[in-house]
Amino acid sequence: MIINHPLLGPRDAQEFTYLGDATLIDRPDGLSFPSADAAMDAMHDYLYQRSNPAGEHRELWFHEQGDRSWLVVTRNTVTHEILKVELARDVARMRGRSK
Amino acid sequence: MADLSLKPITPLGNDLPVRISIGPVTISEVVDTALASLAQRMGQDITAAAKGAGIPLPPAGRWEQGATCAAFWLSPEMWMIEAPFASHEDIVAHLKPVFGEAASITEQTDAWARFDVTGASLPRLFELLCNYDIARHGAGSASRTMMEHLGCYVVIRAADHISVLGPRSSAQSLFHALETAAHSVF
Amino acid sequence: MTQKNRITGGQIDRSRTLSFRFDGKSYQGHPGDTLASALLANGVRLMGRSFKYHRPRGPLSAGSEEPNAIVQLREGARQEPNTRATVAELFDGLTATSQNRFPSLSFDMMGVNDLLSPFFAAGFYYKTFMWPAKFWESIYEPIIRRAAGLGALSRQDDPDAYDKGFLHCDLLVIGAGPAGLAAALTAGRAGARVIVTDEDFRMGGRLNAETHALGEASGADWAAGVVAELASLPNVRLMPRTTTLGAMDHGIYSAVERVSDHLPVPAAGKPRQILWRIYSRRALLTAGAIERPIAFENNDRPGIMLAGALRAYANRWGVAVGERVAVFTNNDDGLRTATDLAAKGIDVAAVIDTRTGGPLLPGIRHLQGAEVTGSAGRLGLSAISIRHANGKVESLPVTALGVSGGWNPNLNIASHHRGRPVWQDAIAAFVPPKDGPAGLSAAGAAAGLFSTHAALQSGAGAAVAALDDLGVKATLPDLPRAEDAPVAIAPKWYVQGKGRAWVDQQNDVTVKDVKLAHQENFVSVEHLKRYTTLGMATDQGKTGNILGLAVMAELTGRTIPETGTTIYRPPYTPVAMGALGGRSRGHEFKPTRLTPSHKWANEQGAVFVEVGMWLRAQWFPKAGETTWRQSVDREVLATRASVGICDVTTLGKIDIQGTDAGAFLDKVYANTFSTLGVGKVRYGLMLREDGIVMDDGTTARMGQNEWVMTTTTANAVPVFRHLEYVRQCLCPDMDVQLISTTEAWAQYSVAGPNARKLLEKLVDQDISDAAFPYMACGAITVKGVRARLFRISFSGELAYEIAVPTRYGDAMIRALMEAGREFDAVAYGTESLGVMRVEKGHVAGNELNGQTTALNMGLGKMVSKKKDAIGMVLSQREGLVAEGGLRIVGVKPVDPAQPLTAGSHFLEPGAAAVAANDLGWLTSVVYSPHVGSSIALGYLKNGEARKGQRLRAVNLLAKTEVEVEIVSAHFVDPEGVRLRG
Repeated sequence: MIINHPLLGPRDAQEFTYLGDATLIDRPDGLSFPSADAAMDAMHDYLYQRSNPAGEHRELWFHEQGDRSWLVVTRNTVTHEILKVELARDVARMRGRSK
Repeated sequence: MADLSLKPITPLGNDLPVRISIGPVTISEVVDTALASLAQRMGQDITAAAKGAGIPLPPAGRWEQGATCAAFWLSPEMWMIEAPFASHEDIVAHLKPVFGEAASITEQTDAWARFDVTGASLPRLFELLCNYDIARHGAGSASRTMMEHLGCYVVIRAADHISVLGPRSSAQSLFHALETAAHSVF
Repeated sequence: MTQKNRITGGQIDRSRTLSFRFDGKSYQGHPGDTLASALLANGVRLMGRSFKYHRPRGPLSAGSEEPNAIVQLREGARQEPNTRATVAELFDGLTATSQNRFPSLSFDMMGVNDLLSPFFAAGFYYKTFMWPAKFWESIYEPIIRRAAGLGALSRQDDPDAYDKGFLHCDLLVIGAGPAGLAAALTAGRAGARVIVTDEDFRMGGRLNAETHALGEASGADWAAGVVAELASLPNVRLMPRTTTLGAMDHGIYSAVERVSDHLPVPAAGKPRQILWRIYSRRALLTAGAIERPIAFENNDRPGIMLAGALRAYANRWGVAVGERVAVFTNNDDGLRTATDLAAKGIDVAAVIDTRTGGPLLPGIRHLQGAEVTGSAGRLGLSAISIRHANGKVESLPVTALGVSGGWNPNLNIASHHRGRPVWQDAIAAFVPPKDGPAGLSAAGAAAGLFSTHAALQSGAGAAVAALDDLGVKATLPDLPRAEDAPVAIAPKWYVQGKGRAWVDQQNDVTVKDVKLAHQENFVSVEHLKRYTTLGMATDQGKTGNILGLAVMAELTGRTIPETGTTIYRPPYTPVAMGALGGRSRGHEFKPTRLTPSHKWANEQGAVFVEVGMWLRAQWFPKAGETTWRQSVDREVLATRASVGICDVTTLGKIDIQGTDAGAFLDKVYANTFSTLGVGKVRYGLMLREDGIVMDDGTTARMGQNEWVMTTTTANAVPVFRHLEYVRQCLCPDMDVQLISTTEAWAQYSVAGPNARKLLEKLVDQDISDAAFPYMACGAITVKGVRARLFRISFSGELAYEIAVPTRYGDAMIRALMEAGREFDAVAYGTESLGVMRVEKGHVAGNELNGQTTALNMGLGKMVSKKKDAIGMVLSQREGLVAEGGLRIVGVKPVDPAQPLTAGSHFLEPGAAAVAANDLGWLTSVVYSPHVGSSIALGYLKNGEARKGQRLRAVNLLAKTEVEVEIVSAHFVDPEGVRLRG
């Protein structure tokens, strides 16, 4: 596969390491819950409850043999068509993450 | 008492760098360059400081030669700075005063073994080594790529002059790969 | 020795004669010949035996689709089984042997299978060898494998080298026939980067095998002219002898180039083959078409071949396969064979045309509405039987028969992404799917456009369209006038008869087998294929698949498209394992990482161990030491008594800088780092988000915003990836920058009571305990060289790690050993490192196995609940913090003479060795010269409370059982006095 890196252009997927569902970006703050149980539930869902669609999927890929950017790749898991590639850092900021 | 002073060796483990010629190409071990990574810190802008010091900060995928220093892009807001080893052995000490707390600087000189490949028909050699399209990118390009399982930087200084920077611990494997590929092509 | 069937013409170089051997006999041919064309020129039609029935077979085709003429090429270590004689380029000294026969090709004992054929019909193996199941591997399979012959491997190492490589282009043209050449010319002249691959050694495709004129030139001459122009264009790369194997995603194609297969031995340093990964922006399939046979009784005799192949042997290679020939056809293209052969002066005895009504061929006995019903001849064709339109049966003596059932577009690669080929009635064949690989289009015969004119026009047109997609303007070149005959075909798949009519000649599948499959309700194409093995041999059914499909369609009363088609998969033709492996063999299998002290350690005669890609010194044998234990015991005792030195460069080192670096470390480490003072080091424990320990190591604060993290050797890469993940995905605004410095510094551990005294001889600064206390770190100089010093200890002794720029690493180990001479300093390797860390109770890889928590390791208190570190929340899960869970313990044998075995499980005295009684296991076992016995670390249920207990350590694999005592994991200096000395 070819991943069209937002900064470097088309690069072979062999250069990347796959992590999984891009919802991993939405990590809850473990100290932001009223109780330890609530934190546990939220963290559990965050880590284990992921969708595995046949079709469009947003995924995290790491350009390990490249510029070490984490990317959010929107890919059709059936056809392998890649519809969008973004820097994960930009996506994280858009989703309200900061420090 | 015995002399305990330290004497450096080259990445290939010798006193002097190695150079071989195969067909139209020459492969040379290069040890005359000091390296440091330069990363712009969050919220800082080091463009002016770099410009003032004559240090190029090329865009993604590029390499640029300045008056004394050259640089190639590593990752967002991060570059590898090249400087003459003879004058910049402690390269971090040279760069720190330029950027102060606006940048993170890390010595990289000994992290890499550098082999310069010079001569004609270099794309034909590199097509056996990596999937980086030498012909399309051309002089002034630089990229990380994989060669025989080794993460390397390829810097195209000119059409007939390409540097390969690979992990120093694997210098012998990388040199062997370059040599084998050259024999295969030429 | 004469080439009795050689006639005039063809693209062979008659000025040179090549000698070759087949089954021990010498023959001659010419440059430009294939092994098959040269054998046919010499009158040899019999080239192999069939897979199942051992029927005598000769070539069916003149290309890579060949099912029959499968031979073993070369001898000795270079012996290669299952190669196709029809594509093996002849060279002087070539040797080949036939396969699948014993004792000889003309007398094959296994030919008895043919007589037993009623028992070997489709599904025979499934029905016969089903039970008892245990007989399958031990009895049935070996016998079947021997009988169902394939070629034999040399059983020697392949002496040749194979390369891999990467190519990039705007347009990849797959196949250099008229369509491909027209496309390449169009794109090449437009300045696009073009790659043209062709499996043949001579580009031109069917133009080399036909007599059509292109403009004023012959087809072959026109092709040669275009090839010459393309070769002169710097933006075009012509790759003959290169088979495009498959379509990967996003325009990537794999191809194998046979660099040296046409030479007796590759030139020095040169590869035999190169496996290319071609990155194309657009690709064009111009792979032509493959003719298909019509099945009739005994249609597999040597001498019976595809009509187009018969014509190709005459036109391209100057070979008359037989002196008297006939043609059996259902289409006009078959008629061409008859006219071409007649024009060559070959006696064309008859054309048997299944159709009626069209014009008759002038001067040739053209039998319309007739069919071939059978053949005769022992090891080759001697006669065919014909049923005339009026029902009359005639036996006609001929030595060659060309059969044409029509042509199938060679769409193989177009269906690699599961697109379904589309049936076209007009040509009675499938054409490439509309939903094939993105960026790939087809032209010429591969697209079902069979005339030369259409091939040229569609090839050039497709190139213009592909380049237009890329924003490159191309114009149609002036293409020569060429024949533009319409396709005239009346589908005819097989001739009714009682005997066996072959559909798939390589796997010996007959029309009857397809009928049997239908009868037993294997009517789906995929079931048909698996039940009969139709299309499953090395030729992947290139000539037989559509025929089998058509027979099934007729039996089920459905149309062919309703019946379906099988999807082709890569590779297009078989690939040598060597090509897939490339240079990654033996010593070159992977790169080697050498430590800075490698050269010195090698001089010392060190024994090395592979740790990932690293080679590390395992121990340093001294004169008189005969076992590794003697060396390791000495190294450990000497280190604890005085001082030892170990290369620890392989540990991952990550430079972490930035104003938020402390906060970042608090996020990635379970314990707190932001409070660490400058010039101090702290041990850190890194968790995965699920609460399991990921890695451990020390991190030093070298400055206000400058930190150096160390990771375990094995996890250097995954930890770096994880840190970047946290930095970019979770904390995008933190001011923190990372870079690996593992390779930049040569780092040595100097451990033992005399460590400081030794280092004081080298370090230019004051490193007294007051100036440089336990867990201090800082920049120093060693004889003027910039260096770093860390006062950390893995061994439990007074210890330092000292780092110098890697170029000084070799000098540093020599200086350390020289400075240590007065203290009898020893170098120690990974074994002693392991012994000392177990004696001290430090966890390492065996304990950090991806299943264990900080609590398991006795480090539960390190997990701070006051900050939201990765893994903090889930490390507190009920199951992970339950009372009585696994805890790290020390283990000693009750009888010090008894050795322990790693992996042994703890059991209560008297408990049965079953999983239900399992209490945990021994993770790391060493011999401790300090304790004087085998000792171990282990995870034990409720381990804390069991100290002092006696248990059994049982290993059912090693068949060992030892009574053990559970003790503290700290065998040496549990109070930690030494390391603070």
